[in-house]
Amino acid sequence: MRIVVDLNRCQGYAQCVPLAPDVLEMLGEEALAYDPNPDDAQRQRVLRAAAACPVQAIMVETHTPDGPEPEE
Amino acid sequence: MSTASLAADLVRMFRAEGRIVIVGASLAGLRAAEALRDKGFCGPLTLIGDETHEPYDRPPLSKQVLKGWVRADHTKLPRMRDIDAQWRLGVAATGLDRVNKQVLLATGDAVPYDRLLIATGVRARPWFNPAEAALQGVFTVRTCDDAARLQAALRAGPKRVLVVGSGFVGSEMASVCCELGLPVTVAERGGGPLVGPLGGVIGDIAARMQRDAGVDLRTGVSVEALDGDAGGHVRRARLSDGTTLDVDVVVASLGSIRNVEWLAGAGLAAGFWGVGCDAGCRAFDINGVVTDNVFVAGDVARQPHVLYEYQFISMEHWDNAVCGAQVAANNMINLETERRPHLPLPSFWSGQFGVNIKGVGVCSFGDEIVFTQGSPEDYRFAAAYGHRGRIVGAVTFNHGKWLPYYAAMIERSAPFPPPPPGYDRASDPAPMPARFPDPRVPTEMPDVVLTGHDPTSRGAEFHWAREPA
Repeated sequence: MRIVVDLNRCQGYAQCVPLAPDVLEMLGEEALAYDPNPDDAQRQRVLRAAAACPVQAIMVETHTPDGPEPEE
Repeated sequence: MSTASLAADLVRMFRAEGRIVIVGASLAGLRAAEALRDKGFCGPLTLIGDETHEPYDRPPLSKQVLKGWVRADHTKLPRMRDIDAQWRLGVAATGLDRVNKQVLLATGDAVPYDRLLIATGVRARPWFNPAEAALQGVFTVRTCDDAARLQAALRAGPKRVLVVGSGFVGSEMASVCCELGLPVTVAERGGGPLVGPLGGVIGDIAARMQRDAGVDLRTGVSVEALDGDAGGHVRRARLSDGTTLDVDVVVASLGSIRNVEWLAGAGLAAGFWGVGCDAGCRAFDINGVVTDNVFVAGDVARQPHVLYEYQFISMEHWDNAVCGAQVAANNMINLETERRPHLPLPSFWSGQFGVNIKGVGVCSFGDEIVFTQGSPEDYRFAAAYGHRGRIVGAVTFNHGKWLPYYAAMIERSAPFPPPPPGYDRASDPAPMPARFPDPRVPTEMPDVVLTGHDPTSRGAEFHWAREPA
């Protein structure tokens, strides 16, 4: 699955981190680091973490790509 | 039938059957496509991108990817909805025929459009000497392929890394090298790291931060040549102060070039600084007249900003790509009264040497700076930038929660120096010159600079800094 965090919006509240500790972690007191491509097994945890973000900075893929094919 | 109902019919028809082509399949291109579908556009939609990869996120490339935490091909952007587009990836747009409304491709195909969005972004400025740039071990970092190659080279444990240039990306890469335990030298032609975006006062702090972390920071020098060994691998750098360095990885972090070459001859206001457009993302033609059917978003766009004396500003910022794409999409499928302006307060972030750097506004528009909170000694502070008595930008080091406070003041055009916040006041609240480089000083590029911002004082000067080699 894919996620992206808007790090402009992220204020380092760290509400998300304990809910998906394998995907999100704090670097120091206010910077968030994240795995943009976590395992699908993490989906429920990531969704809970995204819901817990006070500024809604975490975007979780809601749609499977419609398969762009590189041209030969 | 009234004119108004005719126009409404035309909009309905365009939304149902119009053809929209987006050139540039990265953050801005993808988010524009999603916004078009969200807003009810049902016609054929084509996305063209010169990379073979589907849209991916770039900020992790100079951070998590180089550290080896995240694989370079694992930063694909999440899809927020089905966009039902025809994708043409791995094929570059080579021309724009506005008369026949066609985008010309490297394959020889022509893709017809009724409305076009230009979102071609920027690319890394390559090392200036092509033979040296081709040496193994010489890198730039812009694409995920770049990041994958550099990550592999860092993992191999080079004896010394040379980072040329110390803007945000160069500084982040130096920080990564330190975290990986690799000896790193940073060569900066200016007075210090981050001086371009944040000025010399902050540059001095950033320089101390780098040296504290163990970076061999050399300022006021340029790298004049790179020497390779018999196998074609870089081994040595020669600096303008006469010294040489033994290095086996060189990262050229020399800023970016806007991807506008494919627009040559199209009659648009496209050039060195990007594609000029109005605040509604509509491209200007070469005469400065707004076009009806060509829109621009993301790093390649350059538009006037009300907060900054209507100067044309291009913002290579993540949320500028997202918000610009959404505004462009809205304006592509609406009439005048429903159009929205793209007037973001620029904002940016960077993580380096364990410090979270965030900023808002256009700091380099300011000429004065004042420390408002915290302490520079601890790399934990907020500082505001002023221009003609009002606040125009702010930067924080490990103080990001206060940024909205400053953003609100900038948006309200509050006085500078700003009223002291009621928390963690800085010990020395006196404004001082921010020490930005003089924009009239020639850079390595042939360059045109405008002097004066109001019509009576406006002029252009052409600089040819250095004869090309």
